[in-house]
Amino acid sequence: METQMFITILISVVQISIVLSLVALSVPLLILMERKVIGFMQSRIGPKRVGPSGMLQTIADGLKLLLKEDIIPDRADKWVFRLAPMIVLVPAFVAFAVVPFSGTGLNVFGQRITPWVTDLNIGILFIIAISSVGVFGIILGGWASNSKYPLLGALRSAAQMVSYEVPLGLALVGGLMWAGTASMVGIVEAQREAHLWFFIPQVVGTVIYFMAGVAETNRAPFDLAEAETELVSGFHTEYSGMRFGLYFIAEYANMLIVAAVATTMFFGGWLRPFPNVSWLAFLDIFNFILPGQWGPFMSGLMWVIIKVSCFIFLYYWIRATFPRYRYDQLMSIGWKWLLPLALANIMGTGALLLWLGQTG
Amino acid sequence: MNSTLLPYLPVFLFLLFAAGLGGGMVIASTLAGRRRRDEPAVDLSAYECGLKPADPEHKRYTVKFYMVAMLFILLDLEVAFLYPWAVVYRDLGWYGFWLMAVFMALLTIGFIYVWARGALEWGDGRPRRPKTAGG
Amino acid sequence: MPLIFYMLALVAVVSALMVVTRPNAVHSAMWLVLTFFAVAGLYILQGAEYIAAVQVLVYAGGIMVLFLFVIMLVNLEQVDGFVRSRMRLSGAVVLAGLMLVSVGAAFRLAGVTQVVPLPDGGLPGSLAGPGEPSLAAGNLEVVGTILLTSYLLPFELVSVVLLVAVVGAIVLARREA
Repeated sequence: METQMFITILISVVQISIVLSLVALSVPLLILMERKVIGFMQSRIGPKRVGPSGMLQTIADGLKLLLKEDIIPDRADKWVFRLAPMIVLVPAFVAFAVVPFSGTGLNVFGQRITPWVTDLNIGILFIIAISSVGVFGIILGGWASNSKYPLLGALRSAAQMVSYEVPLGLALVGGLMWAGTASMVGIVEAQREAHLWFFIPQVVGTVIYFMAGVAETNRAPFDLAEAETELVSGFHTEYSGMRFGLYFIAEYANMLIVAAVATTMFFGGWLRPFPNVSWLAFLDIFNFILPGQWGPFMSGLMWVIIKVSCFIFLYYWIRATFPRYRYDQLMSIGWKWLLPLALANIMGTGALLLWLGQTG
Repeated sequence: MNSTLLPYLPVFLFLLFAAGLGGGMVIASTLAGRRRRDEPAVDLSAYECGLKPADPEHKRYTVKFYMVAMLFILLDLEVAFLYPWAVVYRDLGWYGFWLMAVFMALLTIGFIYVWARGALEWGDGRPRRPKTAGG
Repeated sequence: MPLIFYMLALVAVVSALMVVTRPNAVHSAMWLVLTFFAVAGLYILQGAEYIAAVQVLVYAGGIMVLFLFVIMLVNLEQVDGFVRSRMRLSGAVVLAGLMLVSVGAAFRLAGVTQVVPLPDGGLPGSLAGPGEPSLAAGNLEVVGTILLTSYLLPFELVSVVLLVAVVGAIVLARREA
């Protein structure tokens, strides 16, 4: 019993280390891709000086942040100022605890290692709940700076984030009705059994979810919090060095979470397109390249990475395309369009499920 | 350790590791970072492009932020109630549908009221003209 | 198991004490979040995962935002003298005592005389009546089924309460309209 407990904890530690390093290391890559993609869309080259065609640019940027002085303004509330970036970062990371990265686990030394850190019965609700704490860190960061731009930026962001949290949560309800479970693994399994990605019956839900997700992560065109022309850079104006870096990493981690939830909920997670059409089995290419358990594991991982990347690309595409909204426009999109639409989507989904005889 | 608690052990460990990673990055930066201050008084002052920072004395904001937070909590509660309903919806059939229809109808009335009273308006972005502006 | 309970309880009580003793309202708010998390941990310990998630979602993520907005709105960052006023302090002690007595009385009336450890895996049997989903089903499913069958009326009344709250919020905030 004691040794079994010890092994369980050891496996968790290994899983957590892998997931955390994957997330943390993907941030420089995401930033580089963002600059390259937007550069391409605007007929520019993007970063090109550090390393071959600018590949090492964000590594250099990260090192630079590390070497900068850690300035805490003399009017700031010192401890709250120090703590606020952590309150934003930690929930953004912890949400990854329930994200399934592939469908089949690995057997190493006779121990089964699942491709997710843990599978909670309240999966989706866990992510929503833990993400909602991030807002708190943003307000505290702005307040602790004791300076007008951060304070205004923090109030704006907080009001924006809470406004979009409601449609975000409601948009997922339709998918949950199809899935009949809130467990992240269970949702993907339900899509395998239903022979369909929930994107198909939940187009409206998916669109609402992703729009709300973009707003929730304070990304363009909803990046009013850091509208540099009016607020310098919003709630983190006074932050410098690695503390600013933490906010930055948290932003990208949150984008990954939004993408991962969309992948799991609406796009079949680790499943290939049309998982029930057998002649498409060749799409799981790793099944033919790698031996034994590694094949399905890598194929699943590949699909998750591809789908998440598509959403991240969509983020960049939207950023390069749309101008920033005004604050009143932002609020009316959230409250007057997405919210009623999300409610209608839920009732519509309910009626559809009954009509299809999928209940009872 | 019962079976409901067991899945939460990794969550707790994850929390510790994430906090450790974040804290570690900050500590690494304080160790490696620059510590020389050229002009401490300017470096440590609030960001105002070098001007003497104007004190944000009237730290009072429009009541709309409060309204938004209030409405958010109420709707957040509704979301919280919808989740258990959604996962058992297929077992409930028409019963579940009408149940939620009543629940939602009441909330929609509230929502319409909020909208009609103008609590969702944030102005149209045009600067407000003083009422006494002449000519 | 008891060790986890006592640790969480200690965190909850200590941070709750910090909430009421900090002179700065924002610091109080931060300690309050810690209290909420500790209480959420206690819920998980009781097998009430759903309640724990809602606790974090609604309290730590929602009500605390409202608190902070209000603190900034009325600019009451420093409440000097409130804690030091002896009359208010004794008033608070009396109220807290009354609270303790009424909670104790509620337990007595409900027939709860001791806290029993949970059976392995989920809701106590007393909450899941006969014919209701087995404890093997997930917490969210169990709550959903019980909420929409045994506790249907309270569930629908909740929407009435929310409606009243919405109207109240508007009336309070927009007196001029």
